[in-house]
Amino acid sequence: MAEYVLQMKGVSKAFPGVKALDNVSLNIRPGEVHALMGENGAGKSTLMKILNGMYQPDGGEIIFNGEKVCITSPTEALKIGISMIYQELNPILDMTIAQNIFIGREPMQKNRLFIDDKRLYSDAKVLLEEFKMPLNPRWKMSKLSTAQKQMVEMIKAVSLNSKLIVMDEPTSSLTEEEVNTLFATIERLKKENVPIVYISHRMEEVFMICDTVSVLRDGQYIGTRPIGELDKNSLISMMVGRELKDIFPKTEVQTGETVLEVKSLSKKGVFNDISFKLQKGEILGLYGLVGAGRSEIMRAIFGLDSYSSGEIILNGKALKAKNTKQVIENGVSMVTEDRKELGLVLCRSLKENISLASLDDCSKGPFVKRKLENERCVNMTSKMRVKMSSLKQNAESLSGGNQQKIVLCKWLMKNPRILILDEPTRGIDVGAKAEIYQLMSTLASQGLAVIMISSELPEVIGMSDRILVVGEGKIKGEFAREDISQDDLLACALGGDK
Amino acid sequence: MFGFKNNSALNSDGAAALMKEPGESFKSYMRSYALLVVFLVMVIVLSIISPTFMTPKNIVNIFRQISINGILAVGMTFVIILGGIDLSIGSLCAIAGVTSAIMLERIPGISFVAIIAGVLACSFLGAVVGFIVSKFKIAPFIATLAMLTIARGLALVIAEGVPHTIKDPFYISLGNGYLWETSSPDQISIPTPVLIFVIVAAVSMIILYRTKFGRYVYAVGGNEQASRASGINVNKVKMMVFILNGTLCGIAGIVLAGRITSGQPSAATGYELDAIAAVIIGGASLTGGAGKISGTILGALIIGVLNNGLVLMGVSSYYQQIIRGVIIAAAVILDQRTKHIE
Repeated sequence: MAEYVLQMKGVSKAFPGVKALDNVSLNIRPGEVHALMGENGAGKSTLMKILNGMYQPDGGEIIFNGEKVCITSPTEALKIGISMIYQELNPILDMTIAQNIFIGREPMQKNRLFIDDKRLYSDAKVLLEEFKMPLNPRWKMSKLSTAQKQMVEMIKAVSLNSKLIVMDEPTSSLTEEEVNTLFATIERLKKENVPIVYISHRMEEVFMICDTVSVLRDGQYIGTRPIGELDKNSLISMMVGRELKDIFPKTEVQTGETVLEVKSLSKKGVFNDISFKLQKGEILGLYGLVGAGRSEIMRAIFGLDSYSSGEIILNGKALKAKNTKQVIENGVSMVTEDRKELGLVLCRSLKENISLASLDDCSKGPFVKRKLENERCVNMTSKMRVKMSSLKQNAESLSGGNQQKIVLCKWLMKNPRILILDEPTRGIDVGAKAEIYQLMSTLASQGLAVIMISSELPEVIGMSDRILVVGEGKIKGEFAREDISQDDLLACALGGDK
Repeated sequence: MFGFKNNSALNSDGAAALMKEPGESFKSYMRSYALLVVFLVMVIVLSIISPTFMTPKNIVNIFRQISINGILAVGMTFVIILGGIDLSIGSLCAIAGVTSAIMLERIPGISFVAIIAGVLACSFLGAVVGFIVSKFKIAPFIATLAMLTIARGLALVIAEGVPHTIKDPFYISLGNGYLWETSSPDQISIPTPVLIFVIVAAVSMIILYRTKFGRYVYAVGGNEQASRASGINVNKVKMMVFILNGTLCGIAGIVLAGRITSGQPSAATGYELDAIAAVIIGGASLTGGAGKISGTILGALIIGVLNNGLVLMGVSSYYQQIIRGVIIAAAVILDQRTKHIE
């Protein structure tokens, strides 16, 4: 067998005004899990889109299974054995698992007119059993969890006789347990000698399942190393080109008076008897497993969802508001978990997105003061170091980290007293993460009260003054900054009743 | 310029781009450019084929012909940017004409009051649609489909099924008058409907581009959830868009009634299709969040020039319909392709 399944040599690609890839190489051996890492905008997606046939390279060559190939479309890529599993999956939810696996190549009856349903389901069953998936091929896709959907996509890729599978941020919306199932599946694929290109921002995962790491930075190829030769810090410095020592720049802050008090807030079947206080200048971490009810509590406080009983006291006054507008006017801002669904209007300009929540402050009567608005947006984006070419570009054209900064710009323009951050660093690169941590720290020292929901232990521990652990819709424990340990937090979240 | 003192993070390109005065972004510039090319090609071809096409009289004629559809299309632009669609606008036009004509018939001389009443009747029906859409979360397609038949039926009931002649000179002048009188048939003047259309378009541009409300229309159309989470009263925005659209339907209905000198319960049947076509040709997205008044005006002009040219060339009215459909599809395909090139 050839030494490499895939060789990409000297691949370059330029877009108007940007050199996205400059002489990049990537070599994948059979049966390895190969991590492709780099900050957002480093060129990972562009490289993979070239491999997938979505883009044509300006220079360089691709050698796949010993042959020089020219991939002109995703269909072509699939045909020669390259499968992609994207961050956002798009299965057809109303069709069954089997129908999704065999879509476009359904086994036909002898008359070649009708689908042979019997074989469709028996073939799918064999595949599912092969991967030890306890799923019925007749279930609708919509019944499955995100992880299970991903598993089905992988099975589909294998059944297509894929010789290379690319996974883009596969775990970003999975729970711990689901991640383990995914990793088990990856191990099985490895045994079948199918190499996997694994794109992820999560260091821990990369160290757990990958064999080799290739790093890109600003469209340049930085290097490839066996995972054993690297540790977290050396990998980060490869990615950002500088040592990131103070990744959690938490400063000690004298906390002030109570700005928010929640008294036995409940919503039937979602969360129950939630009580806590938040002080000026404090960063309150809300840790828990995905699905524990953390976001739901905050959404209720922010007025996005209703709650059935309890009391919210803001700055000493009971909050009667039942909609988000009033909560915002009372000085609360919330950076929601899902940037694309709730954070940004992707098809509109950065400027319109940034000023959306604070148009009242830069308008006269019904009219927007456009000069003032522009000035404020320019100031805010430069303060936040948003990488962009113009305030007029669409929000969807930015990378994840910069999109998150735009959402933050929007809320900071509102000058909130309380800032709720729901998974503020999900899916964004290390550099942008560090900047967001720095910002949180600075804001808190200026007296802002911050609530941070996070599933990443190092982040919660690194940034919080105090941590509430949420599980099964209840507050399971409270930890002060001084006596936090990873093990305790995790044990508490997993529900070890004391 | 201030605000640039400490922006070391911005590269020089970024700073230069930021300093540009608010104007067209390159992308949308390219898009309206493609449409403009379509329009100019049509004009050139038609002026070669037909000697009468480029005469001042014919040009004035085209503008008068498009003004009613133009007013409706401007209203439709708001609805489509919001991510909706309005099928009831033709019926609303009829309501405006019939209501005002009957009021004038009963009490002659109150033309101004009657006209305002006709317009307000449409604003009210727009509000009803807005209420159904925002409170009951009914898709605008369904809500306005219902309003299409309700309002048409209402127009027939009010008019008792027959046309009502308008004799009031002021009312008639809204459809047939000119900005200034001409002494000989060779001189030209601006028709009143064109003036009304221009005013409507100008005011709408100010509302859409310069006001908070305009921003909110784009935001809600682009992402309703995110808009709500940013503290925008989404229901109020929807409500206001449908009231605005209803009001513009009322204005268009009055101009139409003035033009045909009668309030007819069957007037403006099918007008929604031309208005939607103008907006879509103009580059607005049916999924919401994008669209421009200037594009819509160009769209209305393309349809108007096409109709006029086909008549001048003596094309049979059966074929006219086919050609119109083909040109609409071609214009949108071209527009989509230029979008992809970017």
